[in-house]
Amino acid sequence: MAGEGTVSDMSEVVVVTSGKGGVGKTTSSASLGAALAQEGQKVVVIDFDVGLRNLDLVMGAERRVVFDLVNVVQGDAKLPQALIRDKRLETLYLLPASQTRDKDALTEEGVGRVIEELREGFDWIICDSPAGIEKGATLAMRFADLAVVVTNPEVSSVRDSDRIIGMLDSKTRRAENGERLEKQLLLTRYDPARAARGEMMKVEDVLEILAIPLLGIVGESPDVLTASNVGCPVTLHNPGSAAARAYRDAARRLLGETIAVEAPPERRGFMSRLFGRKAAA
Amino acid sequence: MPAQLYPGPSLATASGSGPETDPDRLSPPALRVRGRSIMALVIAPEPPFGDWFAALDEQMRRSAGFFADRPVVVDLGAVLENAGRDAIPVALEGIEERGLRVIGAEGVGPNLLGGTRWALLPTRLQGRDVAQSPPEPTSPAADPDAADPPAAAAASLLVDRPVRSGQSVVFEDGDIVVVGAVASGAEVIAGGSIHVYGALRGRALAGLKTGAEARIFCRRLEAELVGVDQFYRTAEHWGAGLHGRAVQVRCDRGALQLSALD
Repeated sequence: MAGEGTVSDMSEVVVVTSGKGGVGKTTSSASLGAALAQEGQKVVVIDFDVGLRNLDLVMGAERRVVFDLVNVVQGDAKLPQALIRDKRLETLYLLPASQTRDKDALTEEGVGRVIEELREGFDWIICDSPAGIEKGATLAMRFADLAVVVTNPEVSSVRDSDRIIGMLDSKTRRAENGERLEKQLLLTRYDPARAARGEMMKVEDVLEILAIPLLGIVGESPDVLTASNVGCPVTLHNPGSAAARAYRDAARRLLGETIAVEAPPERRGFMSRLFGRKAAA
Repeated sequence: MPAQLYPGPSLATASGSGPETDPDRLSPPALRVRGRSIMALVIAPEPPFGDWFAALDEQMRRSAGFFADRPVVVDLGAVLENAGRDAIPVALEGIEERGLRVIGAEGVGPNLLGGTRWALLPTRLQGRDVAQSPPEPTSPAADPDAADPPAAAAASLLVDRPVRSGQSVVFEDGDIVVVGAVASGAEVIAGGSIHVYGALRGRALAGLKTGAEARIFCRRLEAELVGVDQFYRTAEHWGAGLHGRAVQVRCDRGALQLSALD
């Protein structure tokens, strides 16, 4: 946890980042945010992907966006005007990105001000980073106390995540002040059958290369895609699904609970269960 | 100034008799002595010694190679004037402690060194001052992300965490030791040898200064490219046989040799 004081006093700024695109940052930001809010925490998720915003869609708030992060940074709107409260969870808020502008509209000083203001009202500030290593990504991580590195178990995602970890250790305020920035790995789109067949990296291989603690494993799941298209984070839309359970466990670990990480079980079809076929070891 | 010492005919002529003119005595072998002009560094300690030696230490820390193997002449004029002759051995002691090679002193007469360890130090070295540019700091750099390696001893740089993809660790003054893995897309470049206590997955280039005698050692070879001195190889050259094993890379008769260590 950041700094001293009890959990309720200190707010935590979390950056959800990956390097590689399409691995599940926005999905995870929304799902973790919702899961934390379901545990009673006051949460705001901020979309840093200026020009290609997605967080509002995944949260189902796209028809209520009036002001965005760029407006607040540039002083055109006050923060409360831009924050959108979730209709389903009263302690969950969204600060959307601008769709018509680009990342150069954001300044470090402006983002810093916004985050400081948010710290006063929220327990968790989740920064959904864009893909890449340019300004959008570096600004999203700049003020973080904790990083969740989202990685798919495949080689290019792992290498990009390694790059991002290197940047987390050097381009953040905490790193520049000589403090340690806590980093945790969220392995997404994991398919145990394919890993067993050697078509996908194993969890141990990813952990060996990235060498950061594991926050959780979210298995490949059609429930996640459904939830995105319906505009509701999977932890709310389908709480019984494996993905929702994985995100809920991850949120509880962020809150300090110790829960053993389980690899998601193989999804065995009806026929294979009937005939007792096992995947190749 | 070149000088030649040669007990030759001129001596014999002067003395009238000698080895050359006496056939029963063998002439001593001719001793050839050459002259050479070299540049020594002149340093001038000034009291208070605490401050001056601190400044010297800082200079030596920042540019480890600048003083290495350079002959040093100590100008003791300021010491004598401000602190007296008893301070002379203190100043010389402090300089020698730091590994500097003192070959002469100036600003003092030889009688002032009498009775000390430095009684035989030349004090009448003839020479001319020449322009000497200030030493440039050669502190180890790691860019583009400036992941900061711990302060280096004069001969080796220790990096005790993994080198992440995109990071570049460069240390021209000696060896690099990495405790951890070197990620794919990272590079380690050393003036001397490279020792990786972990998997080497990126690039390693050794011997920028020490040339072909440098080596690369790693616990697991999964590198993309290795090089020693001017020779390099990419992973497709050494194939699958050495992949994943503890390997040593060295330069042998003008070619790169990779061999398993286990």
